[in-house]
Parts: sequence; structure tokens; C-alpha cells
Amino acid sequence: MNGVALAVFIFFFLAVTVMGFLAARWRRAENEHSLDEWGLGGRSFGTWVTWFLLGGDLYTAYTFVAVPAAIYAAGSAGFFAVPYTILVYPLIFTFLPRLWSVSHRHGYVTTSDFVRGRFGSRGLSLAVALTGLLATMPYIALQLVGIQAVLDVMGVGGGETTHWFVKDLPLLIAFGVLAAYTYSSGLRAPALIAFVKDTLIYVVIAVAIIYIPIKLGGFGAIFDAAGDAFAQVNPATGKPRGSLVPGEMGQWGYATLALGSALALFMYPHSITATLSSRSREVIRRNTTILPLYSLMLGLLAVLGFMAIAAGIKVKNTQLAIPQLFEDMFPDWFAGVAFAAIGIGALVPAAIMSIAAANLFTRNIYKDFLKPDATPEQETKVSKLVSLLVKVGALIFVLTMDKTVAINFQLLGGIWILQTFPALVGGLFTRWFHRWALLAGWAVGMVYGTAAAYGVASPTQKHFGGSSAEIPGIGEIGYIGLTAFVLNALVTVVLTVVLKAAGAPDGVDETSPSDYTADAGDPGVRTELPKVTEGAGH
Amino acid sequence: MVTPVRVVIALCLAAPFVAMLWVGSYAKADPAFAGIPFFYWYQMLWVLVSTALTALAYRLWQRDQRVRRGGGAK
Repeated sequence: MNGVALAVFIFFFLAVTVMGFLAARWRRAENEHSLDEWGLGGRSFGTWVTWFLLGGDLYTAYTFVAVPAAIYAAGSAGFFAVPYTILVYPLIFTFLPRLWSVSHRHGYVTTSDFVRGRFGSRGLSLAVALTGLLATMPYIALQLVGIQAVLDVMGVGGGETTHWFVKDLPLLIAFGVLAAYTYSSGLRAPALIAFVKDTLIYVVIAVAIIYIPIKLGGFGAIFDAAGDAFAQVNPATGKPRGSLVPGEMGQWGYATLALGSALALFMYPHSITATLSSRSREVIRRNTTILPLYSLMLGLLAVLGFMAIAAGIKVKNTQLAIPQLFEDMFPDWFAGVAFAAIGIGALVPAAIMSIAAANLFTRNIYKDFLKPDATPEQETKVSKLVSLLVKVGALIFVLTMDKTVAINFQLLGGIWILQTFPALVGGLFTRWFHRWALLAGWAVGMVYGTAAAYGVASPTQKHFGGSSAEIPGIGEIGYIGLTAFVLNALVTVVLTVVLKAAGAPDGVDETSPSDYTADAGDPGVRTELPKVTEGAGH
Repeated sequence: MVTPVRVVIALCLAAPFVAMLWVGSYAKADPAFAGIPFFYWYQMLWVLVSTALTALAYRLWQRDQRVRRGGGAK
């Protein structure tokens, strides 16, 4: 066990725990018992807080572990994360401000709220909410996998023979603490902790990208070593391990994965929660110009995967490649800082994801279907409880099932969440689509995506072995999510034409065109919450 | 309404898609930069280029909105 690294890790962990609880007092509004307050931080965050919050939210511990791990395992194919995050920002520049505006005018907390208001369809709204919940749960579980990777490398928890309770105790403690301060502070806790997380991450990356290449003899030597390693033929598959540059065959897969993932990212409930917590429309547009800083970091981080090869790291579980690289390369105390960065990097998104999932349940299942007359206090209470349940669920998932199950589900989650794109982004720009057509398109996309992913085999798994399969009609290998999305869009368009011709009843649209361009300060736009004297009945 | 400024904004936002999805244009190892194969440094460069383009789109859009509000009914 690495005592110094562990001590540094525990120090940072305690520091953010204190911050998490104190966060409840940060920028507190008078009226704290509403979902806007607990679940969206009072919708009051400015440019920089939003930047840290979104960065802390989107670039998760799992990202830090998995992206370089993918590079370590197979080379260039794993680098798709960089074009993916490049494409996200021009994309959200076009539609996110519209979502912010309409949500502020109508008090929407989730994307399903918007879909219900826009299309007057509780069924479509429920479909979006369920997809969001399904996609978020395994994502939370993967954050735990990230923490576990770090704990494993530090040697905490003992070996295979240790009693399961002792072995999992550190994880249980970490999650218990996380659950407690999310419960008490809501979105403010991850927003505040995100400052620490991102600062640590940036420091660790900056040091790693300079210090490790010096030790390994420069980037030329690193890529040479990686190129040699990838060229070696794997006896199990009869193919080379990977490549430094994608060949002709891999290019469709590379491009479709980048595009599909970019389209999917802001369909995730936790991305939207962080977006809606911002103070104004401008904050979001401005953020699209500063968020790419994180993409730069992600690219550098990906290169760590090559360094792990050049440094001769040999791990059976590729997820451990980067923590092991830190352990081997850095002095003990700095390895502790790096581990803390990853560990805290798991806490921030896990908190935001559980809040987002809780909001979805409360607004679109509890309030829409179970208790339509729920007061804001009741909504907040339910949301807080559900945020706990969601985390317990994720914990049980990770502790009882094989890690690959969580990874498979997360892969499916990406395919699934992309199927809500037509309803959400389509709805932001046009009311032309018919609600039933959107629902049918969603169903087709979900079924096709799940079936296609089930059919993918890998050397280690019979099903869900990857996220790419042959695109019907084109014959190239491409991202299943994107193929499903195209099918979804086609079905939606065709059925809309048919349903309109047949005169199927259209839902009531409660929004008006000016709602989509409203900004803070315009009439009817909710900015900060009403002060306590106005009561909770807003 | 389509104005020249809006066309430029659209081009700024569309350019990264063309550049990044055309994988064939950058799937090669040479020329390397400081030992890093072309494939990697080119995409990293595009992080900066697309940031600059999005920032430009943001400035133009802000100006466009000001002109529209200033020159509108009021």
C-alpha cells in the first residue's frame, strides 16, 4: 500500500467533503424548498461557475480512465473522443440557448418538461424521461468504477481473499459521504467541488504531459514504442493489437462515433441540468467558446495512453493503465494528487447525474402521473429521496455485477439517449413533427439500437462487444447509435406526413415563438427565485 | 432572414464538422510534429481552430442581435 499517496488522497477527499456540506450556504436564496433551488442551484450560475460545472460534469472520472485506456488498448480508434468534443460546441451553440429561454419562461426543469409542453404529449414526455433515467443510471455506476480503479492501484481494500465488506468499505464510505452532501446541498455541492476537481485535473495533466515524456525520452520515442506495440499480432484474434493511424476500414467508424457521440452528449439529463442552472442565455453561448479548453485537456490525456505503453505498463484490466502509470512515474505525494483528481472527478458528475435523474423522476413521473397536485416542497422532498435511491441503485449495480455489465449498459445508454434528439432538438426549432410520429421514431431507434448492439461480439464477449456494426445499405462499419438515429428520423418524418394527411389530433403547444429567444430581464423570464416574502407559491 | 453575416456564422459553425468527419484527410502519420504523428497534432490543432471559429460566430451573432434590436420597431 502506498501510504503517502493515500494520505494525500484522503486529505483532498476530506477537504471536498467539508466544501460539499458548506455549499448549502453558498448563494442561498431565501426560498430553499423548491426544485429550482435544490435541483438547479437557484438557476443563478454565471459564466465561470457554469464552465466549471459543465466541465466537471461532462469530463468524468470514467472519461479520464477510459479514454487513455482505449488508446492503450487499441491506439487511434480511442482518439475519436477529441473530434467528438470538438463537434459538441458548435452544435450546442445552435440549440442550447433556445432550450434555456423556453425553460426559463415556462419553469421547465428537465427536457421532458419541455417535450410535454411543446407537444402536449405525456406519453412522449414519459418516453424521454425513461430514456434519460435508463441512460444515466449506468453512467453513475461507471463513476464508481473510476474510483475503484484508483483505490485498487493504491492497494486499498485488500486482495481477492479479503471479506467483501472490508474490500468495498472505502467505496461505501466515499459514496455515503457523496450522498449525504448531495442530499443537503443539492446542485450547489458539485458546483463548488468542481472548482477543486478541475484545478487538480489541469495541474495533473500539465505535469504529466511534461514530466513523463522527459522520463521516457520525448514524444518521438513514445510514439515509436507505441507503434511497435500495436504492430504485434495478437495470437487470440490473429490481427495486430491496434494502429497509430486509422486505416481505410476504420474511418467510417471513427467519424460516425464522433458525430453520434457529439449529438448525444447534450441529450443526457445531467448536461441539461448544468445548462439550466446558468443565469442567462449569454452565459451558455459564451461557454461554448471557453469549454473547448477541456477538449484540449482530453486530447493530452488521451496521449497518456501511449505513454503507458512506452513506460512498459502491463495490466490485465486496461482501466488500470493510467492509474498505474501515475503510480509508477510520479513521486508518491504527486501520485496521491493525481488519484485525488480522478476520485473527486467521479464525485462531481455522480452528484449531478443523481440530481438530474431525481429531477426527471420527480417532474415527469411523480408529478405527471402519480401526484399532479404536488407542491414545490413535496417535489423537492421526493427529488432528494430519489437522488439517494439512484445512488444506492448504482452502488448495488457495481458491487453485485461484473464491471463489464456497467460498461455494456453505458454503451447502450449512449445509443438510447441519442434517440431523444428528434423530439428535443427538433422541437426547439419546429412544431412540424407529430407527437405520435416522434414516439414511433423513438421506439424504432431504441429497438434497432439495442438489437444491433446485442449482435456485436468481441473476443471476450458474445454480445454487446462494441458500439459499431455494419450500416445497412452502406456496408461500412459505423456507430450503431447514429444508424439508429437516422432510422428514427426517417420514421418520424414519414409518419408525420402520414398522420397529418390522416388528420390525427395534434397536441396543444403551450409555448410561443418568442419564448425561444427570451433572455434574462425580459418579461416573464424567471431569473433568481422570488424572495421569501413572496412565498413558495410560484 | 439570410444576411451575409449569418452566412458567415453558419460557415464558422459548419467548418469543424466538415474537417473532422472527413477522416481520410488526416488519417496519416506524416508530417510529424515534435515526434507526434500528424493524425494527433492535426486534431489537437482543430480544437483551437474550432474554438476560434465558435468565438468568432459568437461575436458576429452578438453584433447581429444588437443591429436587429437597435434597428427594429423601436
